[in-house]
Order: sequence, then C-alpha cells, then structure tokens
Amino acid sequence: MAPFDLRLQEVHNKLASKELSVTDLVQESYRRIAETDASIQAFLTLNEDGARAAASELDKQLQEGGERGLLFGLPAGIKDNIVTEGLLTTCASQFLRNHDPIYDATVVKKLKAAQSVTIGKLNMDEFAMGGSNENSSFYPTRNPWNTEYVPGGSSGGSAAAVAAGQVYFSLGSDTGGSIRQPAAYCGVVGLKPTYGLVSRFGLVAFASSLDQIGPLTKNVEDSAYVLQALAGYDEMDSTSANVDIPDYVNALNGDVKGLRIGVPKEYLGQGIDPKVKEAVLNALKVYESLGATWEEVSLPHTEYAVATYYLLASSEASSNLARFDGVRYGVRADNPDNLIELYRKSRSQGFGPEVKRRIMLGTYALSSGYYDAYYLKAQKVRTLIKQDFDNVFANYDLIIGPTAPTPAFHIGEQVNDPLTMYLNDICTIPVSLAGVPAISVPCGFADGLPIGLQIIGKAFDETTVLRAAHAYEQHTEHHKQRPQL
Amino acid sequence: MSITVKDVEHVANLARLELAEQEKEQLTVQLNAILKYAEKLGELDTDHVEPTSHVLPVTNVMREDRVRESVSVETAMKNAPDEEDGQFKVPAVLE
Repeated sequence: MAPFDLRLQEVHNKLASKELSVTDLVQESYRRIAETDASIQAFLTLNEDGARAAASELDKQLQEGGERGLLFGLPAGIKDNIVTEGLLTTCASQFLRNHDPIYDATVVKKLKAAQSVTIGKLNMDEFAMGGSNENSSFYPTRNPWNTEYVPGGSSGGSAAAVAAGQVYFSLGSDTGGSIRQPAAYCGVVGLKPTYGLVSRFGLVAFASSLDQIGPLTKNVEDSAYVLQALAGYDEMDSTSANVDIPDYVNALNGDVKGLRIGVPKEYLGQGIDPKVKEAVLNALKVYESLGATWEEVSLPHTEYAVATYYLLASSEASSNLARFDGVRYGVRADNPDNLIELYRKSRSQGFGPEVKRRIMLGTYALSSGYYDAYYLKAQKVRTLIKQDFDNVFANYDLIIGPTAPTPAFHIGEQVNDPLTMYLNDICTIPVSLAGVPAISVPCGFADGLPIGLQIIGKAFDETTVLRAAHAYEQHTEHHKQRPQL
Repeated sequence: MSITVKDVEHVANLARLELAEQEKEQLTVQLNAILKYAEKLGELDTDHVEPTSHVLPVTNVMREDRVRESVSVETAMKNAPDEEDGQFKVPAVLE
C-alpha cells in the first residue's frame, strides 16, 4: 500500500519503527507529482529544496528520539492564497505572479510547529473566485477521476492533489463552498470550520466575513488531526474566536446513537441530480442503522442565499482588492503617465475576467444610491438565513444534505455563464453565510465521478460534525476508492 | 433596474479598472443578469430585520500595545515594483 493511502497513525507507526523515513515520504510526494501532475496540473510552485532539507532535519530528530509534532513528517500542499515566507504566493493571478511573501500565515506557522513538510503551492481560481478552477490565470487543474472534468473550485488544486496521492493532506480556503465543493468533486474529505476557529492572518482576503481556512484529507480522522493543529485563537486576526479547543481526534468514538438529523427539503428539491439524491438518501439509511434519526426540515430562505452571497462577497472583494494597486508589491504596468493611470493599467492587466466581474459587481453594490438596495438588503437577508439555521438547530444536532447538486461538470461547460456556475454552490453558500461548520465526505459515484455528503453542525461544534462523518465513513467504502492515474 | 454601458464605465472608473469596448459590453450583459437575479431579495420584507455584518459577537478587538521590532526597510521593499532610497517610487502626483 502506498504510504499516502495509510491513516496518519499508521504512517507515524511506520516512522517510529523505521520502516519509513520522512525523506521517503517527501520523495514519494515528488515522485507522484512527477508521475501525475502533467495531466492534473494541481501545483503552481514546488518547494523541493526546502522540503528535502526539512525532511532531513526531521529524520535527524527521529533518530534522536524525543517528542514528535502532531503532523510529524507528513507532506502537505498549501493553497496559493495562503502566504508562505520565501515561497512564491500568487493567488493564481498575474497580478501576484512574482510575489515572494515576507512572512508566514499563522496556519503555516502552525503546520511548521506540528512538523509537517510543505511540498508546494496549489492551484486555485484567481483570488479564490470561482467554482471550477478554470479561473486560474496560469492553467486549469483537472479532476483526477476524469481529466475532462473540473476538480471544483476554488480549492481545486488542493482537492486534486490529495485525490491524486501527490500529498498526504492539503489546506484550502472556503468562502462560499471552496473547500467542500472541490472535495465532493474529487472524492476527498473537506472541512470548513466555524468562522473564527482558524486564523485568517496571512490568507489573502477575498470576502473577509466569510473566508475560512480548512483541511482536505483522505479520511475524517486525518481531518480531525489537521484541524487540531490549526484551530485556536490568534491575536493577529481581529475576527479570531477566543474559545476552548476540544480534542477533535478523541471525539471520534463512532457513537451516533440518538443523534437528531434535519434534512432540508430545499437541498433535495429541484435541480438536484437524481443520483446525488439517491446517494444522500442511502447515507441517511446508514445513519438510521446506527441509531440516529432524521426528519425533513426547512431552511426557507435557501433560495435567496446565492444572490445574498454574491452581493456580499463581491462587495467585500471590491474593497479587499483595492490594495492591489501596483505600488508596494505585485506587477506594475509599464510607463504610466500618472498615478491614477498606474493603478488603472496595473489592475486591468493584472486581474482576470472573473475578478474584474466581481470587483465591478461589488463596487456597484456599494456605490452611492445602491448601497441600501443591494448591500444592506443582502446583509439583512443574511440575518434571515442565519435564523433558519438557528431554528433547525434548536431541535436537531446536525443538518445533512448533498455538498453540490451535481457531480463535477465538463471543463468549459459553464465558463461563459457565471450565473449557472454560481448556482453550483447552492448547498454550500447558506452554511458560509451562517458561519457554521460543515464537512464534505465521499458518499458514492455517478458515472465514475464522486458525490459528496455535506454534514453541517452548530457553531463551534466540530466534534459532532467530525464524529458523525467518521461514523459514516467506518460503515462505508467510498472514501477508500482512488482514481486510476 | 437595468444598467447601461455608461454605468459600467462609471463603475469601472470608481474601481480603477480600464476596460476594452468588448469587456464593457460583456460586463453590461452579465451584470444585468446577476443584478436581475439579485432583485429576488426584494420579495422579502426586511424592514424590521437587523443586518448581519459579522456572525460572531465580537466587538472592539484590541491587541496589547507592545513595543516590538518592525520589519526592516529592506524587507518591506522586497516586493516593490520600483523603489528609490528605501521608498516606493510612483509617477509624480503634483505637476
């Protein structure tokens, strides 16, 4: 069995018994990338020298004994909107194609403290805007299950790299579903934590009130380990939550007896692929067999979530992306006549079409005369959407439904139709607006493409989400399937 | 409410974007489609609903006021497209 098919504990046991070294793991990662990345294109930048040096240092520590970090020796890929000191961070944008960060994001510091090894930076939709990875300004990542299909977005590189066995785990960022939807399309586990649980310091901001970093892994137990390493208060992030961090790994006791599950009728209605619906209903049967109960519930404002999200996210994006002006970092246009032209030309040459579209939408929604009609209205509807979740969680422990209404779509199929592309996120966006945690786990296949089951919890109740996801995984085989590459 | 190419030009100016003619026309069509879709929010009565700007109840977050080392000028300038004597260089603002 390839080392990346093993559970974290199994890898650690093999490291302890000297059956494997960290150098072996890192070599396996680059070997697999050399073998598969010409067809997948998950990576933008590799950290070969840095990773080999780190592996050698960790192997030395292994020989000497002593304490080992939670993620000791595990090869990791990092989405390219999370800054890494001395390692190119481009956000898959021409604007930042030469950007060499001067500091590490808090999550990168935490991964280093937990002793994982950074293999490289992963492809994404430019500035995390998109649902298919086709908006990367370098090249699109392809779905390892069928390279004619998208891997999802915007953490498509992060999901594809794990699915293809190129890295042991990866980090992604989720604004409206950007961890969960690519996890579903690529058949891996993707966790969006509660807003504020994981620091955003060093994540290049897209929509600050929604962005959240989380792990992509092959199984739920590994997801719990990575979350354990990432979670916690950070004074460098003013939206970081100062809450006690539970033991996520020990919470995986397999017990879901008596859990009350709500299944929103809006998530299984019109527009849902029949095979996706069938896979979700089969998953609910597994929960029934384990002693949980489920009932149909309603999140009545679901149909308003996509419009709300795109107004709010675009508005925040237009504000956040104002800092890209060609003065202090990034690419500057040649020979501008004056300062305004420097801004205008640098931004026009540096940003791709989807980024420009969202900046335009956001600027319009925030502009004088339209603020109340669009931005303020959307903020009020966000309250109604959040209340929908509060109402269901008053009576239920979890909400379960599909992660995406369909499996992955063909590359190029939706690229000229932004509204249709936005509607792929109908099941993930409401969760982001409410700020609650959710995980996507593999729950079946349709025509050879993976389907994701979304398990949503109360704010800061990641333990119940992970416990339920883990229990399901223990009684099914979907997560053990690997694409043939 | 529908927006015109002239509106798109105005917003592009606010956003400091320079758009080609074809981009302007395409954005006019696409933004109209998205805004038309967004008009469905008007179906909801939100007169007595408080806006949510933040899902967590945190306010006035402050860090401890500590004196500490800052980054060096050299480090701050590392990614500058153009610099002179430790300062970011831009075209003249005043004639």
